[in-house]
Amino acid sequence: MTSAVSFSGLSYAYRTGGWSLRSCTGSVPKGSVTAVLGPNGCGKTTLLKLILSLIKPMEGSLTVDGQTALVPQIFKVAFAFAVLDMVLMGRARKIGFFSQPSGRDLQAARQALDRVGLAHLERRSFHELSGGQRQLVILARALVAEAEILLMDEPTSALDLKNQDLVLRWMDRLTKKDGLTVIFTTHHPHHALAVADRAFLMLEEGVRLDGTAEQTLTAENLRCLYGLPLQRLDFEYRGFKTSTITPVFLAPEPSSPEVP
Amino acid sequence: MEKEKNKNWPEKLLLPTLIFLLLLSLVFSLGLGRYPVSAEEIVKIILNTSLGDRHDPDDVPWLVIMIVRLPRILMATVAGMGLAMAGAAMQGVFRNPLVGPEVAGVSAGASFGGVLAISLGFSPLYGVTLTAFVFGAGALVSAFFISRLTGSSGVLGLILAGVIISAFFGALMGIIIYLSDPAARLPGIVYWLMGSFSSATYPKMALMAGATLIGGVPLLGLSWRINLLSLGQVDAEALGIKVNFLRWSVVFCVSLIVAAQVAVSGGVGWVGLVMPHLARMLVGPEHSRLLPVSALLGGIYLSMMDNLARSLTTQEIPIGLITAIVGTPVFLFMFIKMQTRGWSDD
Repeated sequence: MTSAVSFSGLSYAYRTGGWSLRSCTGSVPKGSVTAVLGPNGCGKTTLLKLILSLIKPMEGSLTVDGQTALVPQIFKVAFAFAVLDMVLMGRARKIGFFSQPSGRDLQAARQALDRVGLAHLERRSFHELSGGQRQLVILARALVAEAEILLMDEPTSALDLKNQDLVLRWMDRLTKKDGLTVIFTTHHPHHALAVADRAFLMLEEGVRLDGTAEQTLTAENLRCLYGLPLQRLDFEYRGFKTSTITPVFLAPEPSSPEVP
Repeated sequence: MEKEKNKNWPEKLLLPTLIFLLLLSLVFSLGLGRYPVSAEEIVKIILNTSLGDRHDPDDVPWLVIMIVRLPRILMATVAGMGLAMAGAAMQGVFRNPLVGPEVAGVSAGASFGGVLAISLGFSPLYGVTLTAFVFGAGALVSAFFISRLTGSSGVLGLILAGVIISAFFGALMGIIIYLSDPAARLPGIVYWLMGSFSSATYPKMALMAGATLIGGVPLLGLSWRINLLSLGQVDAEALGIKVNFLRWSVVFCVSLIVAAQVAVSGGVGWVGLVMPHLARMLVGPEHSRLLPVSALLGGIYLSMMDNLARSLTTQEIPIGLITAIVGTPVFLFMFIKMQTRGWSDD
């Protein structure tokens, strides 16, 4: 399988501090969902920025095959733009510096909005939408940019359960049906286990484990990653075989984190 | 759905309506004054003159319309259009509904230049105007380098630079005012600072219209991109935007308009702050629709305010005072309205 993103020995440091990312190696196959997990400050966002080529690696190599788009968490925009205007912003690369969006851009934006099933909301204010709907609008904005690799920054973190399911379903659908590649950061191992084909486990300063979700997202690995016990559960719900992984909060014995 | 469709139709009618109102306000303004001229006569004079008809230089209605009133009214209209559009753009760049076009410190620089030129006895047309313009441009360049020096390339650096520049030129201006001869120079300085279009001439009008065109046309071109500046820095960059370049392009265009306006007519505040809010109520926040509507509203508003300035009393009232007196309650009203629309928790 060809890779959409691959990197080796990737390092980056911000001007203000030490290494944010150190000798990081991994690859993301085309058409897959890859989850990036790790504690705060482990360089997840730096990795996304590098893949988006917003910053340049200081060491190592990085190959990105395809147009990338960021799907950030947006809860508030300074102005109450209409949903269609938000989606249209994804066309920025295709619209000249002194130009206005053309009819074709508008059509593309409508199609993208239709693709995520929100065509009926195009004139509504972005502020009036639910968190899940906003996430889908930003997803449509990435689609209208004709991106092949979507980088989603904690796409489920502030959503209620139903909207979490909605966004996860879309991630699954865009990769399995449309052949896009999705890389997402998350603090929820059970989301990674539900939707991801592959997972990066990042400790401070770099990817320490890169493999299929099945291999990497074990209770033991995650215990080392987060420094608290986790329990994996495999079960069947009405014939649907699935697994989840949950942290054991307030566990009686103290855990000792080790690097795997 | 019904409501959404209703929301759509005025947009198509709004621009023609506003253009018509602007033309109407021009004719109305030309007719207003101590020497009455009928609307019919005004249209006839303008049409004949623009068709190249020679006129008897002693023809009083012609003199009143073409020499006395038209340059002034055009200047007020163009200034209003430029300031309102510039204000709408700046509110977009700063993502803040409380900023006006002067926030980068250009007004302060241009005001200082004007005061300096008056105190040195420069000629009112070229001396004062050009000095003010040069200092306005100088303030912009300083703001640019200061914001680079502070290292914060974002909006914060720009705000800090604007505050520093405004305070600095404000202080210099204070020194000049303090030292200037209270009998000879001071009244002129104070009057100029309060803003007026009473000294309008065609050359001044041309200077301002030229600068407003050079700044305004690219600004209209950039209007859609201003939307992208309301996203976060990383988000906008990931969409392929060179955020700092775009931001400074907008600030540059705005500053050109503001410097030219201050140079020819002194301090005229509140237009660039209030008109964009009114426009946003009509067409929403999307900047490619907002900027043209702001400009038209600004033109109508400032020409009407100038009508008050020249005809409310027998003596001329500085327009800067009128725009502030009318602008503040209008702004308060809109602020209260906006609060009910959920803007205040931002």
